[in-house]
Amino acid sequence: MEQNNQVIDNVIIKFAGDSGDGMQLTGTQFTNTAALFGNDLSTFPDFPAEIRAPQGTIPGVSGYQLHFGSVSIFTPGDECDVLVAMNAAALKANMRFLKKGGTIIANTDGFDPKNLRLANYADGANPILDGSLEGYRLVTMDVTKMTRSALSESGLGIKEIDRAKNMFVLGFLYWMYNRDMGATEKFLTEKFGKKPDILDANLKVLRSGYNFGETSEAAATRYTVNPAPMPAGVYRNIMGNQATALGLIAASQKCGLDMFLGSYPITPATDILHELAKYKNFGVRTYQAEDEIAAICSAIGASFGGKLAVTTSSGPGIALKTEAMGLALMLELPLVIVNVQRGGPSTGLPTKTEQSDLFQAIYGRNGEAPIPVIAARSAADCFDTVFEACRLALEFMTPVIFLSDGYIANGSEPWRFPKADQLKEIKVNFTTENNNDGKYLPYKRDEKLSRPWAIPGTKGLEHRIGGLEKQHETGNISYDPENHEFMVKMRAAKVAKIADFVPNQTLDNGAEKGKLLILGWGSTYGPIKGAVIEARKKGYDVSHAHIRHLFPFPKNLGEMIKNFDQVLIPEMNTGQLLSIVRDKFLVDAIGLNKVKGMPFATGEILTKIEELLK
Amino acid sequence: METIQSPESPKLTSKDLVTDQEVRWCPGCGDYSILKQVQTVVPELDIPRENLVFISGIGCSSRFPYYMETFGMHSIHGRATAIASGLKGARPDLSVWIISGDGDSLSIGGNHFIHLLRRNFNVNLLMFNNEIYGLTKGQYSPTSEEGKITKSTPMGSVDHPFNPIALALGAEGSFIARSMDRDPVHLKDMLRRANAHTGTSFVEIYQNCNVFNDGTFEIFTEKSSKKEQTIFVENGKPLVYGQNADKGIKLDGFTPVIVNLAEGHSANDLWIHDEKDLVKAGILSRFFERPAEGSGHLPRPFGVFYENNRSCYEVGLNQQVEEAIAKKGKGNLDALLSGRETWEIK
Repeated sequence: MEQNNQVIDNVIIKFAGDSGDGMQLTGTQFTNTAALFGNDLSTFPDFPAEIRAPQGTIPGVSGYQLHFGSVSIFTPGDECDVLVAMNAAALKANMRFLKKGGTIIANTDGFDPKNLRLANYADGANPILDGSLEGYRLVTMDVTKMTRSALSESGLGIKEIDRAKNMFVLGFLYWMYNRDMGATEKFLTEKFGKKPDILDANLKVLRSGYNFGETSEAAATRYTVNPAPMPAGVYRNIMGNQATALGLIAASQKCGLDMFLGSYPITPATDILHELAKYKNFGVRTYQAEDEIAAICSAIGASFGGKLAVTTSSGPGIALKTEAMGLALMLELPLVIVNVQRGGPSTGLPTKTEQSDLFQAIYGRNGEAPIPVIAARSAADCFDTVFEACRLALEFMTPVIFLSDGYIANGSEPWRFPKADQLKEIKVNFTTENNNDGKYLPYKRDEKLSRPWAIPGTKGLEHRIGGLEKQHETGNISYDPENHEFMVKMRAAKVAKIADFVPNQTLDNGAEKGKLLILGWGSTYGPIKGAVIEARKKGYDVSHAHIRHLFPFPKNLGEMIKNFDQVLIPEMNTGQLLSIVRDKFLVDAIGLNKVKGMPFATGEILTKIEELLK
Repeated sequence: METIQSPESPKLTSKDLVTDQEVRWCPGCGDYSILKQVQTVVPELDIPRENLVFISGIGCSSRFPYYMETFGMHSIHGRATAIASGLKGARPDLSVWIISGDGDSLSIGGNHFIHLLRRNFNVNLLMFNNEIYGLTKGQYSPTSEEGKITKSTPMGSVDHPFNPIALALGAEGSFIARSMDRDPVHLKDMLRRANAHTGTSFVEIYQNCNVFNDGTFEIFTEKSSKKEQTIFVENGKPLVYGQNADKGIKLDGFTPVIVNLAEGHSANDLWIHDEKDLVKAGILSRFFERPAEGSGHLPRPFGVFYENNRSCYEVGLNQQVEEAIAKKGKGNLDALLSGRETWEIK
């Protein structure tokens, strides 16, 4: 039959199925293929909280959203154009994320009476047969049946055969979007190289899916999405947690200190531990401690010993580390504390995203306890930002909190990665000479108000440090009232001084003066950027600034804000940066807040811009 | 922990280990004796002073590092063990000593305590046990006896106490010993043994808090009762004690029995202490009756209960790094950053 071939500039596909259906793998394979082809893209996985929730139920649905295009892509997309539903539960859970008139690719085998019942459809209702999906483009195929018949002579058991189902869908989508299957074939060959029968089965089903598209009348239209115009250079695809791990290793290489990671597994930060554990040949020592407290304390011990010390966690774990964070700032030892934020409070929503730990990061300790805080805005930006966290920690002898969140930690985007020699060196000078005529002074300040770092093993510089208030310079225990106030102010001044050594705040988009500034931080970058571009196209006077250095703020931030009539701060919390900005700059900033465990949609921000400027 | 030799350093003396800080324990505190014995033994160990690190948590005992002219850290409550683990993992070349108390190690830091013993970092852990919270002015501790009357338990404590030696054995400790502040010779000997052992060396030190729990160990430490109430065990020697070394311990199956050597029992029939025997160490750790609970009870043992040699965490941790480098070569940052699949936009 005649098939149309349409050229489109972007498309959003959501792969949804049972958590055992291999949707994450299907999604990442399609993503890699799109990336290698030169599309810009952004992805977001949507895992169930349970490892294996009951099969066929809504809590067991696992999703993976991919937005790719021949244009610049900033987010995984608000609503999807195409929903792949491997069963009834996957359809039910995701219908509300599908655009009106969008395409549904449904596996009919997943809509049998049992699956319909598990997905809580009413007796006798079957969305793919009863016309309730009118207004959508419905493509149905019996993936299970076709996979089984493709492998009828493979000699494999039914269980193994059914495991290849996702390859059929992937093959079909490759056909639908005119994709080359080479990258996935190579991946399968590497993955199943030692199991030739499984490899053959997967390759065969992948091609069957492709051929099914070619020969059937299931979908009358194929689409072409051309490569995106991106800055010249060499790219790879990267997820946020991966970028964080690489940024830490890069910093370790650039400062010349081996890295020590003390960590305790916690969603969604664990992948950083997994990733770093692979790179022992970079001198990385990963230590899975008995709890969150031991994780940070072991890192403090390693820092005392002269290593680049890191601890990684998420909100509840950070809460447990709080006292030790105070110790690190009191000792004035370098330490990078990574918080991959998730929905809170308490255990909250472990697999969902949120930005609600900003107050915790800036204020959440006993006593006057300033710790620098910086946040990454996208998956690839985790690399640069955590590298900066290491620099600040080492150059200022302080713990630094690096904030990421579940959205960018698990999301991915193309990354024009740097060459090692383009990365700045981080200066670390261990003190080996006495800085005083008498006894060595461990808390003597330099021009940055930072203190010297003399590590155990340095002859003649034996000294004691501790969590009790210390005398200026000597570090001896001191209860003197004047000294205590002096030291409280000294520690605050030292952290405040960091603002002299970080870049000024720049605008991401728009004019320096105007009606509306959108001020963002962290993972809201993509949706804000997309919304501001749209709004400016429509003629609205709106600018966008995105803050990396949250504590202390860049020195010019206050002035920048005062150049705008209105300031809008979108956050995935109830208004934490909003409160800080209002407090610090006495401006009547407005919040746009969402606490649903989900990132903002570009449209939500655009609507607010239009509301404010109309 | 074993000795780290350094041939070039001039010999340290006790005086070299004294800091310019005034020691501020209460007059008469058992901590003074422990500090003195540590400052006496350490110079014998031939460890360069700059390679010594003393790490403490919170409590009276935890002021200790401020009085030692070495590297030191006075950290937070219960966490000295965790901090020392990270330090030793990162710097296996250092001689790391942890100073802790019964509250610090067994209450707030209980979790890190058992995991330190399990992992067997090559460090020394000196736990000053005074069966009371001193720094907070006298509340019962996890080693206080049941019914202990303190400010927080005016009607007596309800808790059953820990047996620290049995706990350390249960946590897979590889060197477990007990000593006391009032027996400097024995304490120094235990410190030397602890240092000589490769692995986590746990020494419980009975320490008198003369302000909040005075005399709690008197029956073991005073001349008048010490010989009848204690037994000092030595590897390969029979379990003999008593005013005139006239009593012994015999094993009847798994049950320890007190025998009177004057009544025809020969020392050859007695239990011969074997530091490598985990089962017997377990029985010995259960010689834990309260002396006040009547006569005929087993004496309280002092000495090395158990020692075995097994691999230390930091050795494995650092070996894996070396193995990875040998196998894959030293990490190449450019290769790491580019990953497996890249594409070029021109």
